[in-house]
Amino acid sequence: MSTVAQTPERVMPDRHYLNDNYGIRSWLLTKDHKRIAILYLISISVVFFIAGIFASLIRLHLLTPNGALFTPDTYNKMFTMHGVMMVFFFLVPSVPAVLGNFVIPLMVGAKDLAFPKINLMSWYIYIVGVTFAMAAIVSGGVDTGWTFYTPLSSGFLHTNVIVMVVGVIFAGFSSIFTGLNFIVTVHRMRAPGLTWGRLPLMVWSNYATSLIMILATPVLAITLILLGLERGFHIGIFDPKLGGDPVLFQHMFWFYSHPAVYIMILPGMGVISEIIPCFSRKRIFGYSFVAFSSIAIAVFGFVVWAHHMFVAGISVYSAMVFSLLSYAVAIPSAVKVFNWTATMYKGSISMDTPMLYAMGFIGLFTIGGLTGLFLAALGLDVHIHDTYFVIAHFHFIMVGGMVMAYLGGIHFWWPKMTGRLYPEAVAKLAALITFIGFNLTFFPQFVLGYLGQPRRYAIYAPEFQVLNVLSTAGASVLAVGFILPALYLTWSLKYGEVAGDNPWRATGLEWQTTSPPPTHNFHETPVVTTEAYHYGSESEEEVRVVP
Amino acid sequence: MQSNLPLFPEQASTVAGQVDALYLFLILLTTFFSLLIAVLIIYFAIKYRRSTGRKAEQIHGSTLLEIVWTVIPLGISMVIFVWGAALYFHIQRPPGDALEIYGVAKQWMWKFQYPEGQREINSLHVPLGRPVKVTLISEDVIHSFFVPAFRIKQDVLPNRYRMAWFTATTPGTYHLFCSQYCGTNHSEMVGEVTVMKPEDFTAWLESGKAEGSLASMGEKLFQQFGCTTCHRPDSGARGPNLEGVYGRPVRLQDNRVVIADDNYIRNHVLNPGTEVVSGFQPIMPTFRGVITEQGMQQIIAYIKSLSEQTGQPLNNRTDPTKIRDNEVPNVQQQMQQDNQNQKPSGKQP
Repeated sequence: MSTVAQTPERVMPDRHYLNDNYGIRSWLLTKDHKRIAILYLISISVVFFIAGIFASLIRLHLLTPNGALFTPDTYNKMFTMHGVMMVFFFLVPSVPAVLGNFVIPLMVGAKDLAFPKINLMSWYIYIVGVTFAMAAIVSGGVDTGWTFYTPLSSGFLHTNVIVMVVGVIFAGFSSIFTGLNFIVTVHRMRAPGLTWGRLPLMVWSNYATSLIMILATPVLAITLILLGLERGFHIGIFDPKLGGDPVLFQHMFWFYSHPAVYIMILPGMGVISEIIPCFSRKRIFGYSFVAFSSIAIAVFGFVVWAHHMFVAGISVYSAMVFSLLSYAVAIPSAVKVFNWTATMYKGSISMDTPMLYAMGFIGLFTIGGLTGLFLAALGLDVHIHDTYFVIAHFHFIMVGGMVMAYLGGIHFWWPKMTGRLYPEAVAKLAALITFIGFNLTFFPQFVLGYLGQPRRYAIYAPEFQVLNVLSTAGASVLAVGFILPALYLTWSLKYGEVAGDNPWRATGLEWQTTSPPPTHNFHETPVVTTEAYHYGSESEEEVRVVP
Repeated sequence: MQSNLPLFPEQASTVAGQVDALYLFLILLTTFFSLLIAVLIIYFAIKYRRSTGRKAEQIHGSTLLEIVWTVIPLGISMVIFVWGAALYFHIQRPPGDALEIYGVAKQWMWKFQYPEGQREINSLHVPLGRPVKVTLISEDVIHSFFVPAFRIKQDVLPNRYRMAWFTATTPGTYHLFCSQYCGTNHSEMVGEVTVMKPEDFTAWLESGKAEGSLASMGEKLFQQFGCTTCHRPDSGARGPNLEGVYGRPVRLQDNRVVIADDNYIRNHVLNPGTEVVSGFQPIMPTFRGVITEQGMQQIIAYIKSLSEQTGQPLNNRTDPTKIRDNEVPNVQQQMQQDNQNQKPSGKQP
């Protein structure tokens, strides 16, 4: 890779948000969105590794058809806790609460989010939620599955369902507060000249996400409270023995949890829309199409929930409507993929670590999205519903998509957050290991699913073993890919090369301030005179240093 | 029997090949688009890699391209939608002449009973080449009836009958899985479906011990629970006569017309107050917790047999809005006239 030209201003600023104050109080009582983002980063990383340990144990258990490690009850707890922790406590807050929290005020040229105290409160509420969830885990675990289907969860299981449900409700409120903050900030606090048409796509996608967060999450809270009422006080809502209807729960649960899929992936799409133009030195292709596709996904995402229920006994006509709408929601995602690809055309592409993650994202998200077409096809879904095909599909979206985007974003903004660069070669290796490990883990699961292995099976038929062993082997590679960044990023905090204000020569406002930024973000309020991603207007080329 | 690494499950039903065809089409499509995107990004990454002396060419976008890559995926996805929906309609609608088997799911086993009274646990024997309709209900939580070799799956609910049907095409033994997570031993709630040649199936049925047909067991329960006290053919009966009712429309007190199908009968026995037949008092006690799901299915078989004696049920009438008044049986009109308290319904001819 061609490089050179050490830029002179690669120095740490004297004062920045990390050294403005010291002491535990200055962190726990901070109202600075950047410090809150760091608090979130630390907490969700802990959650990610705990939930990852559950995933590893699941894969180890499935090495043999009769289950290598656990009793069925313990296995059921493993996949439940993996799912609940990953979905509600990692994926939902990952990009918005960490990266969004850090960069959105910077991107719009604001000193902070609109409601700094609510922002801090959202972190505390999240921590309360995590505490409940961890209490449920250490006091014996929960075995409902992350979907909490009734009447199993409300009337049949004897684990700490209510404690876990309370934790999830808290996590939900935390994301409502984050969403509220983003919406108000984007509406009210943009820098002079920063029109909606000039907003970075990261802001657009987090804005769309926030709309879903504040509109859908209350439904989750209502659903889970009803579940708690039925479980605790035998008020009949979902259990037919008490006069309820179990399918009603599925409607209510998926009314949140399908839009929640877009809460989980839209912010990742925003990250990718930042990384690809930067490392291609090009404007994004079709800015307004990428921006409005986020809104389209958010809107259509609300009307496709029953595609999780095609074999649950809904009428064939409503199934048909939901299938049709599910195809409608696939189109904006396809538009994004094509636009990202077109952005690279005739670019000046540098394959730095964030770009590797972004390219991995495009490939894996494409496969994840296309396999969604299988599941939305009614007659085919009958066969593959609730099999490993579904597991593979949503891990392609959630891990291949969101986690790749999250890691890409962490690597992209790490210099901004910490003022340090990580060791590039090791980081590239980790990205590659993650990509290979991911494919080896989840690709065999598509085949397993079509062969008919149902999900959530502690014990499986012997003919499925070869593919399960492959998947477990892949998971061990994947684990290395996730542990490496934790190590070298931590290392870089002290030993990493000083990054300078704008190591990627990116155009966003967040790069126009120091790295790390001062507590009040900008020494002078920035004024925006250009569109987003005005790459190519600079006279420079080839300033980027590869150590 | 199978290679170590099969990519497809066996095809053992009439729909299996159709489902696989759609699957293969989608695999081709996915491969094409994934490769297209992968090749493009790798090609661009190499061809346009950063080099001194060359700058990126700034391109804002192209409305034409945006339209192209919106319309083409939309068109393709509509093809998939129509294909998938047509297949689904086929999978969801059983033919009228199907062999009817009743199944009950519970934590963690499958119980089946045949019209002639044979019963099985975690095992289902079916004849080759004949449509088989399995009417399913759960005693506890939601389960799901999944036979990968047949490419069919149906959630089994605790509050209403759901139906799965298939026509087996290849003799053999296939997995029956519960595919909806149902608690501790979910992964052990598995069974076998054995497909037999018709003559073997007949022999198998005859070798099976049965106390009597499903309908005759139902009749015993009908008497045992005292149903005959009210449900009698004479005009002074306090409950409707059940002869000829099964599969036919009945008029309710609120003037709605519903089909007296399995779900209606089951609901009426368990929640008698909810759908009272026009002309009768809501005096029937509930049998909730008294009657088992298998007993319920026997009673339904009995009520059904009463209709088979008196006339053909109106098959394939699932949409109540299409029922004309003159199709509502005369039995009930006569009973209405006998009942002094009842206002005559204005819509009657």
